[in-house]
Amino acid sequence: MIRLSSNDTVDVTAAEATDDTDGDAANESATDEVREAILSELEDEFGEAVVGAHIAAGVDITVRVTSEAWATTAEFLKDEMGFEYFNFLSAIDWLPSPFGRDMDSQVDLALDPAAEPAEPEAMEQGLAGGDTRFQVLARVNDVAGHRAITLKVDVDDSAMSMPSWVPVYAGANWHERETWEMFGIEFVGHPGLRHIYLPGAFEGNPLRKDYPLLARRVKPWPGIVDVELMPTEETDETDA
Amino acid sequence: MTAVSSRQQLNYIAAQAADARVNLEIETEGMTLNIGPQHPATHGTLRIVAKLDGEQVIAADPVMGYMHRGYEKLSEVRTYPQVTTLINRIDWLGSFANEVPFILAAEQLMEVEAPPRAQWIRTVLFEMSRIANIVLFLGDMAVQVGAVTPVFFAFRDREHILNQIEAATGGRFHPNFDRIGGLKDDLPKGWIVETKQAMKKMRSFCNEIEELVMGNEIFQARTRGIGVVPADIGLSYGLSGANIRGSGVDWDVRRDGTTGAGGLVHNELDWRVWTHPDGDSFSRFWVRLQEVRESTKMVDQILDGLPSGPIMAKVPRIIKVPAGEAYVETENPLGVMGYYVVSKGGLAPFRVKIRSASFNNMSITPWLLTGVYVPDIITILGSLYFILGDIDR
Repeated sequence: MIRLSSNDTVDVTAAEATDDTDGDAANESATDEVREAILSELEDEFGEAVVGAHIAAGVDITVRVTSEAWATTAEFLKDEMGFEYFNFLSAIDWLPSPFGRDMDSQVDLALDPAAEPAEPEAMEQGLAGGDTRFQVLARVNDVAGHRAITLKVDVDDSAMSMPSWVPVYAGANWHERETWEMFGIEFVGHPGLRHIYLPGAFEGNPLRKDYPLLARRVKPWPGIVDVELMPTEETDETDA
Repeated sequence: MTAVSSRQQLNYIAAQAADARVNLEIETEGMTLNIGPQHPATHGTLRIVAKLDGEQVIAADPVMGYMHRGYEKLSEVRTYPQVTTLINRIDWLGSFANEVPFILAAEQLMEVEAPPRAQWIRTVLFEMSRIANIVLFLGDMAVQVGAVTPVFFAFRDREHILNQIEAATGGRFHPNFDRIGGLKDDLPKGWIVETKQAMKKMRSFCNEIEELVMGNEIFQARTRGIGVVPADIGLSYGLSGANIRGSGVDWDVRRDGTTGAGGLVHNELDWRVWTHPDGDSFSRFWVRLQEVRESTKMVDQILDGLPSGPIMAKVPRIIKVPAGEAYVETENPLGVMGYYVVSKGGLAPFRVKIRSASFNNMSITPWLLTGVYVPDIITILGSLYFILGDIDR
């Protein structure tokens, strides 16, 4: 847990309050009956296939299932639990950027390559845990009951494929095309997995962390102080 | 007002359209029609490849990407305050509303809450961007069926709103006014009185459109029973906003939000969610017209009850968002817009998934356009009301 920048912190409520929200444990202070009920219903149905869960009381629920249960979870949520509304589907690449944390260093790495950290950070998955580099996440709503749930699933690095949700939620069609294009994750059973935004001959998967954003690599990023010093000035008083 | 004069007739037309989807016995030589990328109905550059059988569409395939700017990737190398500049340009007709869910997601991760006055002003600008956005739709929809005048009325009267947004934020189209923890500035002097006058003008604009467009026989003939979306289909495609409320689904994130987002004060106001049971192009138009009226009422109430106090919470000068994940969605002019923000505790977000309304709203078109007649393509696209920046991001 990284604290807020302390040099000029005038209010510490944000930093204090975030101390114990890390990891899988839900907030102990409050219970959330509606979301607990969703979780227990899923656990009753799928048992071992529910491999991770996170409930932020009064805010949100995230449940991680195994890839074998990915399609059946959707069916169960839609047909049995009333989550008829398809909200979105996407993926997360948890690989720490191999190009360094440009923003955190506050130094433009193209100008000063020495500032690049030598050791890559360890990969760390977010809410509801995970073991793989890629995770697919999707969100569905129960419109009448005013409930919603975010589902996550680990994508096996060697297979890079997932069962498609299109037979269950028709709206998943374009979202899976986008995820396939941006992350290179195959969706088995999708009726027409083809490019949605990029031209057909495009190579690479732009939203992967190891896909370089060239504009950022060759030019100082906007916001960095890149003013040349006047000949009379000796030191650069960079305004942090 | 909601009642449709002859529902049986409507059902008959809808059934015919449904039949047409399967009733393709007569073998004729098909043709492929390219609509766009430049077309007034596309609000940007969208191409639709339609396979025709005579006058009937047998398959339609929208081709996107002409405006893809990669905001999700760009957000990963920008600080949180810089991201709002980008996302302003997603739905460019209601820009301020784009900023709000992202800022709320960042506030949720930082566990910061904007002071009451900031929340109220945020809500007033949020609703005004809805008015500015939908007013243009109300005029534009008439253009799609051949009436050119109403869109000039819309452009004329939208200026009243844009002037007020400009007076408060400095930007007519891209305010970039929302900040983590509050707002950039307080309202200028005399703004409240002028805005109330603008709301009166918007209400009379709504009446004008109702008489001029909605009562028009041609408009009704071109929109009623056309492009019918049943509620269950709409839900499985993830339609939102007036598109799903026009199919009779009583769901509005402003009232029924599931992400526990504070920061907006809709639940302290007296307003209602309008729905229409028909699910056709007309009902989507009708719901949007009522929404503008509700929004003007909300703006009036907010301006009457505006609390005093600071407009900015105490936040560090350099904003670092603690590690975590948050998804916040709001009811934007085009429908539900949400941001799934993943933070690793740095200056920039680790991953931002932008859930934009038009992407889902458009994904139904291959289903919806199948079986319709060529002139109805434009009416249906117009009534779904998408903005290309909101699809392509």
